[in-house]
Amino acid sequence: MAKIIKKRQPNRSLVGDMCVYLLLLFFGFVMFLPMVYVVSNAFKPLDELFRFPPKFIVVHPTFDNFKDLFIMMGKSTVPFTRYLFNTVFITAVGTVGHLFIASLAAYVLSKYDFPGGNLFFSLVVTALMFSPEVLNIPNYLVMARLHWIDSYLAVVIPAFAMPMGLFLMKQFMEGIPMALIEAAKIDGASEFRVYVTIILPMVKPALLTAMIFAIQRLWNERGSTFIYSEQLKTLPYALGQITASGVARAGVGGAVSLFLMIVPIGIFVLAQSNIIETMASSGIKD
Amino acid sequence: MSSFAQKIAKKTKRDIDIAYRKAMARKVCYLFLLPYAIAFLTFNIIPVVISIYYSFTYYNVLEPPKFIGLQNYINLILADDIFLIAVKNTFVLAVITGPVGYIMSFLFAWFINELPRYIRAIAVLVFYAPTIAGSVYTIFAILFSSDGNGWVNGWLMELGITQGPIMWLSDPSMMMKVIIGVILWMSLGAGFLSFVAGLQGVDRAQYEAGYVDGVSNRWQELWYITLPNMKPMLLFGAVMAITQSFGVGAVTQMLCGFPSTDYAAHTVINHLTDFGSVRFDMGYASAIATLLFLAMILSNKLVQYFLRRVGT
Repeated sequence: MAKIIKKRQPNRSLVGDMCVYLLLLFFGFVMFLPMVYVVSNAFKPLDELFRFPPKFIVVHPTFDNFKDLFIMMGKSTVPFTRYLFNTVFITAVGTVGHLFIASLAAYVLSKYDFPGGNLFFSLVVTALMFSPEVLNIPNYLVMARLHWIDSYLAVVIPAFAMPMGLFLMKQFMEGIPMALIEAAKIDGASEFRVYVTIILPMVKPALLTAMIFAIQRLWNERGSTFIYSEQLKTLPYALGQITASGVARAGVGGAVSLFLMIVPIGIFVLAQSNIIETMASSGIKD
Repeated sequence: MSSFAQKIAKKTKRDIDIAYRKAMARKVCYLFLLPYAIAFLTFNIIPVVISIYYSFTYYNVLEPPKFIGLQNYINLILADDIFLIAVKNTFVLAVITGPVGYIMSFLFAWFINELPRYIRAIAVLVFYAPTIAGSVYTIFAILFSSDGNGWVNGWLMELGITQGPIMWLSDPSMMMKVIIGVILWMSLGAGFLSFVAGLQGVDRAQYEAGYVDGVSNRWQELWYITLPNMKPMLLFGAVMAITQSFGVGAVTQMLCGFPSTDYAAHTVINHLTDFGSVRFDMGYASAIATLLFLAMILSNKLVQYFLRRVGT
């Protein structure tokens, strides 16, 4: 005990630390509870889903809901696999495109001083505030003019231009020494070659972070403003429909929720240390 | 006076000349910037500009827009009672969830910072999970449901706190409370990650120097050493908090319905959706969007002003 007390950092009282740990435990528990419910719901057999009073944790877990999900996949007017494909397709194409064009732009914005560069970046910082929810309706007018309503383009291309990814990558690239780029150029590398062989491998953490934010947005895209055809609707939209249809599909809804939740969380877990490394340079300088 | 004007003209001409030559020397920069710039301007800046333009017109997408001056704004403020409810709800949400979410993000990041490495990674995951899990907040529709599935009601009744079920998501006096709770649950987002990373980056030597100079508890350390070091992250976190607190719309729509009972959980975003994608009154919707953009930029300026004083 004495050893623990001696090891303590300066300016930290034992009572204070205890309070902090208790607070963290309590709030961590509260934050995580709904997640536990999602997981537990996905494995509940029908009789437990409708028991009153409802049980929080599943007693006899089964895989019935997942089986029902596969059966339902073939039966609905639009095959369930189509929703799944749409979400995966939108997420994959949107993320790759975003990473490519935003990292190109971030590279020149961070490493070269050219007229208009700073102005452009300050516009991007302002646009960090305009979330898709706010921009949706004004964007409808743009999409209508482009005749992109009711196509993948309306969801995928705006995601290319997410300000967050450019912002994070630009801030991260500031840390790359200019000497490295100049050395490569003296050896005869073109600008694009420098970008591919030197910049991209060095900013892997920032790429992963931008990827997470892009996935977070696209994976949850409901596409309700721009997409009308049932064949182009996404998985979160389907989940909304299943939840709305109520009782009969409660178990399937639980299974879909679990699936929707587990994918981004899994990717986050794998990339976490890279993300923290990138966010260290996320500050906005005054 | 005229010589002064000439001087200015000469100077700006020279500046333009220099800028032009610089731009020519850096042609390849513009080439790299171009794809992103086109997409960014088209889907982030032009929508803002055209919504300012259309806000002065009557436009229903089918007929060409008709210029009607300030009529949309006058109708919004003087004749649209539901808009005023939406403004009130959004204001309440922004004033409560914005600052509380922001402070929560910082406090939790600060507390987590002193945990051992692996426990810290788990804690970050636990607190960030609600944000990244996205549409999983729909689970609250089940938890707070007023029928037999509602776990919260079942639990309260079992403990004997309430006699009958509470209509969490359809009773106007309850809806906003539930929504505020759900928004706070999801409020540890990008700003939180930025704080976690920023706290790791504060130079340890500064804490030791502070200790020698008489900083005697964790709160003094926070105010005099940690916060001034974190200013850029604090600014970033503030932008994120504003984005989130003004952008509430999908959550109310999914949990309380659209429109919600008596419009008690109707936000400005819901109102925007109503006129934009249900009634197709684009001029009116543009006026709402313009006011929203204005409110976001102003509150950002205000927050920046306060953050400059941190640690002084």
